[in-house]
Amino acid sequence: MRFGVLRFPGSCDEADAQLAAARVGEASILWHQDRDLQGVDAVIVPGGFSYGDYLRAGAIARFSPVMESVIDFARGGGFVLGICNGFQVLCEAGLLPGALLPNANRRFTFRQLDLEVVQGDTAFTRACEPGETLSIPAKHESGRYYAPEAMLDELEDAGQVVLRYKPEQNFNGSLRDIAGVCNEAGNVFGLMPHPEHAVDALTGSTDGLRIFESMALSMRVAHA
Amino acid sequence: MPEATLPTRADALALGLTSAEYDLVIEKLGREPNQVELAMFSLLWSEHCAYKHSKKLLMTLPTKGPAVLLGPGENAGAVDVGGGLACAFKVESHNHPSAVEPFQGAATGVGGILRDIFALGARPIAVLDSLRFGQPESSERSRYLLAGAVSGIGHYGNSIGVPTVGGEVYFEGPYEQNCLVNAMALGFADSDKLIRSAAAGVGNIVVLYGASTGRDGIGGASVLASAELGDADEDKRPTVQVGDPFEEKKLLECSLELLSRGLIVALQDLGAAGLTSSASEMASKGGVGIDIDIAAVPLREPGMEPFEVMVSESQERMLCVVEPGKLDEVIEVTGKWEVHGTAIGTVTDTGAMRVFDGDEIVGDMPVAALVDDCPLYDLAPQKPAAPIYPAPEATLSTEATAHLTLLELLASPNIASRRPLFEQYDSIVQSRTVRRPEEADAAVLLLPDGAALAVSIDGNGRRVAADPYRGTIGVVLECASNLACVGAEPLGTTNNLNFGNPEKPHIAWQLTESVRGLGDACRALVAPIVGGNVSLYNEGAAAGPIYPTPVIGMVGKLPDAGRAGRLGFAQEGDAVAIAGHFRPSLAASELAKLRGEPLPDGLPDIDVDAVIEAQAAIRWAVREGILSSAHDIAEGGFATAVAECCLAGGIGATLDLGPADDPWAELFGEGPGGFVVSGHPAALARLAERVSLDVFGVVGADDLRITIAGETIDASLAELREAHSSLARFFA
Repeated sequence: MRFGVLRFPGSCDEADAQLAAARVGEASILWHQDRDLQGVDAVIVPGGFSYGDYLRAGAIARFSPVMESVIDFARGGGFVLGICNGFQVLCEAGLLPGALLPNANRRFTFRQLDLEVVQGDTAFTRACEPGETLSIPAKHESGRYYAPEAMLDELEDAGQVVLRYKPEQNFNGSLRDIAGVCNEAGNVFGLMPHPEHAVDALTGSTDGLRIFESMALSMRVAHA
Repeated sequence: MPEATLPTRADALALGLTSAEYDLVIEKLGREPNQVELAMFSLLWSEHCAYKHSKKLLMTLPTKGPAVLLGPGENAGAVDVGGGLACAFKVESHNHPSAVEPFQGAATGVGGILRDIFALGARPIAVLDSLRFGQPESSERSRYLLAGAVSGIGHYGNSIGVPTVGGEVYFEGPYEQNCLVNAMALGFADSDKLIRSAAAGVGNIVVLYGASTGRDGIGGASVLASAELGDADEDKRPTVQVGDPFEEKKLLECSLELLSRGLIVALQDLGAAGLTSSASEMASKGGVGIDIDIAAVPLREPGMEPFEVMVSESQERMLCVVEPGKLDEVIEVTGKWEVHGTAIGTVTDTGAMRVFDGDEIVGDMPVAALVDDCPLYDLAPQKPAAPIYPAPEATLSTEATAHLTLLELLASPNIASRRPLFEQYDSIVQSRTVRRPEEADAAVLLLPDGAALAVSIDGNGRRVAADPYRGTIGVVLECASNLACVGAEPLGTTNNLNFGNPEKPHIAWQLTESVRGLGDACRALVAPIVGGNVSLYNEGAAAGPIYPTPVIGMVGKLPDAGRAGRLGFAQEGDAVAIAGHFRPSLAASELAKLRGEPLPDGLPDIDVDAVIEAQAAIRWAVREGILSSAHDIAEGGFATAVAECCLAGGIGATLDLGPADDPWAELFGEGPGGFVVSGHPAALARLAERVSLDVFGVVGADDLRITIAGETIDASLAELREAHSSLARFFA
């Protein structure tokens, strides 16, 4: 069970993601200029500010050499998790539908949030119960999930809306309270909250661990 | 050297040197300085670099202790936190830039203090901020500065991946024209791998890496720019630097990789006075000379004069010393991180700082003259005969009920919840934050072995203004009390002394008394000063001086992160007590301010030993894990502290304080040494064996009821929360 965590110049939460993934498997760092994914079973595109994000969050990172390989890996069915900036990168790369716009309050905001597990049977949530509440922190400046209304309907119908902000929790103004979505094939998942910052009771909650456990479970199933 | 363009004595005065200092420069050089040299002397002999009005006082401070690994004089201090790990930390100010442009001023303040930390080879693990503004209700300027500074701090810290774990802010009239923005940073390094800034090894190469050099941040030297260009209309370049946290993130990772691969001999960041101070200080500490070729420095804009290159304060730059055989590898690492390293000089045995522009020598000064020979001045302290500060405007009647008074105190900008500020900061990146803002009195950061560091920053200027000696002792004790509430014992202290013009006798008196209090308190706590900064001349012509504001940052350690204390009431049925050595007084309190009272002439005497004993008892109880909560009593007194415990825990309390001689002082009086604790009655009985403790009530329900001498407070949690949320309106 090997996770590879991407590191761009300006990544901030890659070490945190590595620590979290290491609780359920092996985890190593993949450098942005290397095309070689070193045979990992899953890729995590971490949070932070890839290449500074001065143009638009994730807009530069999607063109990096490592992302070319990640796009191929995802199209081949490999598991890819994008967290915060990673979610933005995956949207920019066209691996996930929709876009992340600046927060409704137009400020960087950090909060511990309650999330509803809308789909408990995806590769990234199978360790959760449907309807279960997860307490996971979010911290970002551009996390307002946006997609055209018709696309939102399609996503909901297809079960691609995986996580929602619970009532009163949607500070960024995401449409339909969407906190995390997966692609049609279900092997790529992005979310704005940070599950890697919710894996240890000492530093917060442990609910985020469920995402990593789900991935480990899914990889075991895929390998079986 | 060209003689025709020699600057005049008037230029020297315009750059801030006194006439006598200019004469001394001529004496040290044996001739008149040229433009490059005058620019460099004027900066290195400034208060900012030479501490010429404060050094003699600072030398009285305790700097040695069992945990101290690096004391003052390096980029930051460092203490031993066990397990072979060092914690480097320092607080620094960026007051004047922030008053001009709060976002960039505060952002680059964070950038600067972070560079100080990784210049030691330590990875930055946390930032704290300490802010002072005018009254936000009445001052649009203060609201603008507040919003800008908070946003700037968040922008830099969030982007570089260092959590902002704590801080403090006060709003007082005397900061209206002169806001304060202090930032503290902490970092981890292996104790045996801390790197110093002393240049060594004649023939070694001096490499500059990071951002290119531009005209930004050229402050006083702009006078020379005008003279040089002979154009009176030449636009004065902006003197506030612009920060780029992405560049600094690369600089940080590159520096740590250079160090971990053992590629560099010495490292120094470029801060105030840019290359001038960095190169000179590296040479001075190493007892060597340095030749710099400014023609080799990568420039952001063409046509920069040699002195401009030497004094530019462009951000995100580092200077290192490299053995010639390792130069290629160093350049390769700087290339990997895209922070283009360039060899710009060499270490020499001349003892001189020589500046070349290609083949032409444009400056040649003895390093000792630049760094060590600035005259130090004695202060002429004199206690002012009349009050310096006007009384604040009254916003609360003395007739107000205790109930209303508590709500007004909770809503007071100095006490209200800081949530609208710290929600703009990432406080959890790096997965080490055991206690987040408003969860405990101090931030708590996990150590690799399961122990934890605790850190607190504080500095109530109003109390220092009332009594510089006792007020400063109070600030230091407050930090230690905060640490005690999470179970931590102090290891070391850093300070930033924010004062007015020390050449004025009453400011000199404030500074002298404050430093005396700082030294006495740190000695008593065995919390030596390992580094710090001084920011003087914080006063406007019309507005007068700021409150004297020693900002104290204290780092401590607790053995078990799992037992770090919390401030919020947690358990229905717990007993609530006031513990410690507490002698509350309304003198210089927040309530006195709301009532519009002038500052008193002096604060009540403090029994420092008794307060330290009380802290030890609280620390013991927290470490034993027998308390549900512990909270230091500070601004707003006992009633405010209890309300904060209720709000943090989301649960009420019912207290009966019985009869009292002075119920207002009991409820709202301030002073060091008091704690609100809650826990099982048997646990409080154990604590009572070690420290004076009175149980007053019980945790429960969803309102706070306090009865004292016929006065009754009965406020619902919702009512308390609404009052406490008053700062939100300034961030709408």
